[in-house]
Amino acid sequence: MIPSAFDYSTPANLDEVLKLLAEDGDNSKVLAGGHSLIPAMRLRLAQPEKIIDIQALRPQLSYIKEEGDIIKIGAMTTYYEIESSDLLKEKAPILPEAASVIGDVQVRNWGTVGGSMVHADPSSDLPSVMLALDAEMVLKSAKGERVEPASTFFAGILQTTIEPDELLTEIRFKTPTGKKSSYKKLPNKASHYSVVGAAAVVGVADGKITDAAVGFSGLAEIPMRFDELEKNLVGVSTDEASIEKACQGFASGVDALEDLHGSQEYRRAMAEVFAKRAILAALSK
Amino acid sequence: MKKTVKLTVNGTTYERDVEPRTLLVHFLRDNLGLTGTHIGCDTSQCGACTVLVNGQSLKSCTAFAVQMQGAEITTIEGLAKEGELHPIQQGFWEMHGLQCGYCTPGMIMQSVQLLDRNANPSEEEIRHGIEGNLCRCTGYQNIVKSIQWAAQHKNQGATEVPEADAPQVDPKPISPVP
Repeated sequence: MIPSAFDYSTPANLDEVLKLLAEDGDNSKVLAGGHSLIPAMRLRLAQPEKIIDIQALRPQLSYIKEEGDIIKIGAMTTYYEIESSDLLKEKAPILPEAASVIGDVQVRNWGTVGGSMVHADPSSDLPSVMLALDAEMVLKSAKGERVEPASTFFAGILQTTIEPDELLTEIRFKTPTGKKSSYKKLPNKASHYSVVGAAAVVGVADGKITDAAVGFSGLAEIPMRFDELEKNLVGVSTDEASIEKACQGFASGVDALEDLHGSQEYRRAMAEVFAKRAILAALSK
Repeated sequence: MKKTVKLTVNGTTYERDVEPRTLLVHFLRDNLGLTGTHIGCDTSQCGACTVLVNGQSLKSCTAFAVQMQGAEITTIEGLAKEGELHPIQQGFWEMHGLQCGYCTPGMIMQSVQLLDRNANPSEEEIRHGIEGNLCRCTGYQNIVKSIQWAAQHKNQGATEVPEADAPQVDPKPISPVP
């Protein structure tokens, strides 16, 4: 379908973008890579009055760098840039691993990490990884800047706590030095969206898990972590039987998503299976 | 309100007034008459509309033409030079990499991207690299072999190319439509 008509602007710098958002953020959508927004517009699920194309900000908002012990990723960095980043492969290999299984090559060439966060599709992959990394979102507006942790940023299906006048400019997290990590997912075969995905970041000493963070995609309306699971994993030996035991039961009470790709029961069961697989894959690295 | 977009397609620079909601694929086909780029699914899944924008493959149904200000675009019409097929086009010919041909322009453009990034891909890397392109005829077997053929002929170090599964087509030129 052809999208509904809209006003189109190409502001030249960040100040102009923030000014347009301050003026009429409620009726505007920001266009970056466009790989969530344009499909939604073509189905007329989204019919924004105004499109603010921020491609002029790409040189400024496309970066991956480490400052001190903080890794900072510009919001317009593409999945392909994440997938092929030597810095991330060395310092936070779960991100290139997860980015390499998003959609397909064409999608990864254009889709951006910031777009993935603010679109907040429950089945997208990077939100659960950022949750497991305890990442923070840097949000700018004409009024200034605020920082929101991933744990409170996601509010529902396609909903976040970003305000209409705000622009996500950066995602940052503490370098997971010494941690082992992996992302494993059960993809929908046609779209490659996650039916369920698990992002595991674990610490290990003397053959036992010392700490664990496991984020889940596709399971519920927002990316999830479970205190019960993460507590169960502490002190557990790194053999398969022990990990499998620790991964049982944590998802039984979750209000899981349900669609033609999987019932609630199936998603809860797969969350346990993929938690185990992600942790074992992390430990084998 | 229409916007003016100036962009280069296959080496020719065009300046056109377009509605902002015009998708790139419609612009290429309807405004520029470059109908080699196909529309398959309209849901960003099939890859038949794949083109290269500044060297990056893109499903041209998933971008607006107005976003392409100043871009360098290559479509299937831009691959053959002076009557010589591009090695990937030649590979699809040699290894019988198509049947109905509908997915072929997108498949070839994505293969160009693949071999640009990885001159000597393994079979697994080829299959992963063309994941975004759907073919309902070939089962992908001869498409993979076509890309292997192209890799070998662009790059002598490539792995050995197996025989095509189907008999070779008769390479007689197709008579022109009167």
